[in-house]
Amino acid sequence: MNWAIAIFQTVLFVALAPLLASFLKFCKCRLQNRRAPSFLQPYRDLLKLTRKQPVISQDASWLFCVAPYIIFTMMILAATVIPLIAVDMPTSESADVIVLVGFFAFARFFLALAGLDIGTAFGGMGSSREMTISSLAEPAMLMAVFTITMTASNTDLSGAIHHILNEGATLHPSFVFALFALILVAVAETGRIPVDNPTTHLELTMIHEAMILEYSGRHLALIEWASQLKLMLYGVLIANLFFPWGIAQSFTIGALSFALVALVLKLIVLSVFLALAETVVAKMRLFRVQEYLGFAYLLGLLGMLSHIILESTR
Amino acid sequence: MNIETQDFYTQAILSMSALVGLMSFLMLGQGRLPRLILVFAMQGMLLTLTAILAGYELNSPHLYISALLTFALKVVFIPSMLQKQVFAMNIHRDVEALKNNTAVMLSGASLMVFSYYVLQPIIHTSSMIMLNALVVSLSVVLLGLLLMISHRQAVAHVVGFMSIENGLFFAAMVATDGMPMVVELGVAFDVLVAAVLFGIFFFHIRTSIDSLDVDMMNKLHEVER
Amino acid sequence: MIAVYLLLALSVLGIAFFAFTGHHKDIGKLNTRINAVSLGITIWLATTVFQHGTILSGGKAFLIDSFNVYLIVLTAFVGFTTSLFSAPYMAHEIELGKLTEGRLKLYYSMYQGFMLAMYLVLTTNNMGIMWVAMEGATLATVLLVSLYRTPESIEAAWKYFILCGVGIAQALFGTILLYYAASQIGDPENALLWTVLYEHAAQLNPKILDIAFVFLLIGYGTKIGLVPLHNWLPDAHSEGPTPMSAVLSGLLLNDALYAVVRNKMLVDGATQSHIAGYLMMGFGLVSFLVAALFLHRQKDIKRLFSYSSIEHMGLMTFAFGMGGSLATFAALLHMTVHSLVKSAIFVTVGHTAQIAGTQKMAKIRGLIKTQPKVGWGLLIGTVAIAGFPPFGVFTSEFLVLLATMHNYPWLTPLLLLGIGIAFAGLFRHIQPIVYGEKPEGQSAIKANLIPVMVHLGLALWLGLAIPSFLSDWFSQATLLISGSAL
Repeated sequence: MNWAIAIFQTVLFVALAPLLASFLKFCKCRLQNRRAPSFLQPYRDLLKLTRKQPVISQDASWLFCVAPYIIFTMMILAATVIPLIAVDMPTSESADVIVLVGFFAFARFFLALAGLDIGTAFGGMGSSREMTISSLAEPAMLMAVFTITMTASNTDLSGAIHHILNEGATLHPSFVFALFALILVAVAETGRIPVDNPTTHLELTMIHEAMILEYSGRHLALIEWASQLKLMLYGVLIANLFFPWGIAQSFTIGALSFALVALVLKLIVLSVFLALAETVVAKMRLFRVQEYLGFAYLLGLLGMLSHIILESTR
Repeated sequence: MNIETQDFYTQAILSMSALVGLMSFLMLGQGRLPRLILVFAMQGMLLTLTAILAGYELNSPHLYISALLTFALKVVFIPSMLQKQVFAMNIHRDVEALKNNTAVMLSGASLMVFSYYVLQPIIHTSSMIMLNALVVSLSVVLLGLLLMISHRQAVAHVVGFMSIENGLFFAAMVATDGMPMVVELGVAFDVLVAAVLFGIFFFHIRTSIDSLDVDMMNKLHEVER
Repeated sequence: MIAVYLLLALSVLGIAFFAFTGHHKDIGKLNTRINAVSLGITIWLATTVFQHGTILSGGKAFLIDSFNVYLIVLTAFVGFTTSLFSAPYMAHEIELGKLTEGRLKLYYSMYQGFMLAMYLVLTTNNMGIMWVAMEGATLATVLLVSLYRTPESIEAAWKYFILCGVGIAQALFGTILLYYAASQIGDPENALLWTVLYEHAAQLNPKILDIAFVFLLIGYGTKIGLVPLHNWLPDAHSEGPTPMSAVLSGLLLNDALYAVVRNKMLVDGATQSHIAGYLMMGFGLVSFLVAALFLHRQKDIKRLFSYSSIEHMGLMTFAFGMGGSLATFAALLHMTVHSLVKSAIFVTVGHTAQIAGTQKMAKIRGLIKTQPKVGWGLLIGTVAIAGFPPFGVFTSEFLVLLATMHNYPWLTPLLLLGIGIAFAGLFRHIQPIVYGEKPEGQSAIKANLIPVMVHLGLALWLGLAIPSFLSDWFSQATLLISGSAL
């Protein structure tokens, strides 16, 4: 039974990811006085891409073809770790938050390799930028996540959520810092404004788009889907870790459906905020990204510090 | 003494102190003056809220007066005066290129650790609120100093100066439930006079060097050349 | 006790009068008269304390004991003699067109404001109020430093404002820590009163007090001009009007030191350790040596003597830090003679600068030939401040050396070296100024040298024989500060 729910949850994760992306697009369009495409548009795009035959450069090695599958698999594995509508899943108990960061790193590693593989200028540029950013973002993310897990004395996400739910309404100064840090990291990692622009095709400013420039057909579909999944993963991580209320602690139909409604509401709020931020903020120069991520790291560090200084037992 | 076991007042004060500290960090990284002033006003607002909270919880009405004074001075009067200066000088669009921003930020974090280290000896004699309020206020004081070192604009120096006062006020309010009224009024009076004097000084500096960049005030040396 | 209220009320009246009434021709004389009355009141106060011992006012707001009463008299005295000098000096500045009448009004109003802050620092029983008054003294004088509105003076004033403001903020943090320690023993409303603090000194938490004292020393030490917190001092002294330099050197530095010593008395009582003393000795000695070396590199005459002030303040801090009855007695005596001699020197320096039309030492020559009285005044003042017998500075420095030899013999060579370096530093600059041929276009001016003569005469008297009532006084204060009689 548990396994069934766990698989259902993962499927739900994968299935809902394009919808979240399209909702985000919808919010952004409305904020910018544009007409939004249909909510189903990302699904149609994915379908269209899978039907097309991929064009592969003659210089590409086997790595280039394998990378999309690896990346997509990694994202699905990551999706099994993060509690979506219920905690205490057998899947999420098998891996903790450090493994989660590892999954992300693994996917990124192959994406960067694929970008380098063909030997075009843009792919290499994108890879190098991606690795620069992630090398700065990863410590910040770990800092933020560790703050939470230290409070719960547990690196398991389910355990952390349990802990937060059980202690009731407690104001944690450190969570404020960790939340801000994680949001900043999430924005950088999912390639949103102000770090990267997912809709750009201006060569000099691209990061994520530059790496996947050579992909087409079903490979592109997988990569697009994976990046939508990544956005969803971060969104759910933030929503469920900092505001876990509503998540199902028992596997009854009522609790699960209530959790689903709560989750949808949380994600709506989150994406409205993200859309608002993307509308208001302009994209940063690449050289200022390190300042931005330095600030994220600082916030994470402050969160950790204020946990140790303000909250822990002496 | 875990945070879950503390009462709501303690939790709220601790969150406030974390936010006050965060504001200091935000000020440190701010290159645009209007935003810097805005963050400063937000810090003042947090102090006002803390004063009201403490006054309510500890049943000491004179903290309400402190709250009122803080609101009038730190949220309304000083920020609006600085904002006016910034617009008058037409430097509100300037972005100050901060040297070594990341280094400044990280040294800010180490200052926070340092202030904890300095106050370590008194851990065993004080409650959680008092110790943490003292730590945060000392780090706000030190961050204010760092802000003054890392920025070149006179306006930023004034903001740093006043945020040092903010840190001290926070300590006085939370750690000791407010200083005696007469002292608090005296301090507020000094802050007011200082603010007015800063306004006069901006005028003088502008007329003498036609800028508010303190790096251009470099005529006097320790050893004359 | 009524004397204290009168003293403070008089200064407040002075501020208001100069600020809000129209311009007077005799504004300088008026200021002198106010200060003369203040001096009279303080002498009355001093005799009362001398006869009846420590006075505590009704609401416990003011405390006059044997330590601060002599500083109060000294403050009033230097304030009075400097105002004697400042009346013709400022009138001359107006004639030169350096000042407007509005700014002259500001000057006199703030002169009284500064005096008020100084009296308040000394008389108050509340260490919080002491902080407020100390900050008030900065605020009152900061506009006087920039009185001439030259770019240099504005820079100096800005530096003074920011450095002293930030420095004194550290003292407030120390005060808060102290208050925090004191409010733990109950009665929070009165926990900042010196009388209450001294009474309960032994119960205060020594760890908190140690930390608090570091902040208090840094805070008030900025005002004393202790190295490395001294940067504002030479600038503020050299760019402001000369009477201001005289009162800053003669009074403000003393009062800041007074604040530190008050706190040291408290911390010593609570911690039973000598940590506060060692800190003061370290800061004092470093200031003393560094300032002595800097004397050699100066080109501006007012900066020269402000470094000399840092040097002497360092020596006093060192002596107070050493503790013990002999060192404390010496430090008190040194405080007095330094105030007298240094303000006299600044008065002559002011005249010198007006005679030569510049403060650059390289351009001032042949002072004795131009105006013998000013020239001799400067020379004798320098001889006195350098520690030559028979002036009082010699006596007090000798006593400090004696105490050092007794307690820390290995520090004596350092002190002697510093005194030697400072002596050389002063004379290499002053000797060519007073002797030699006078340059073209340097002519005598109308100068009022009575304050100089009175101050130097008193310093000479203190060097030859300390009158018995004064030595009794110092002994009482020494007993109060160091806890042991001489």
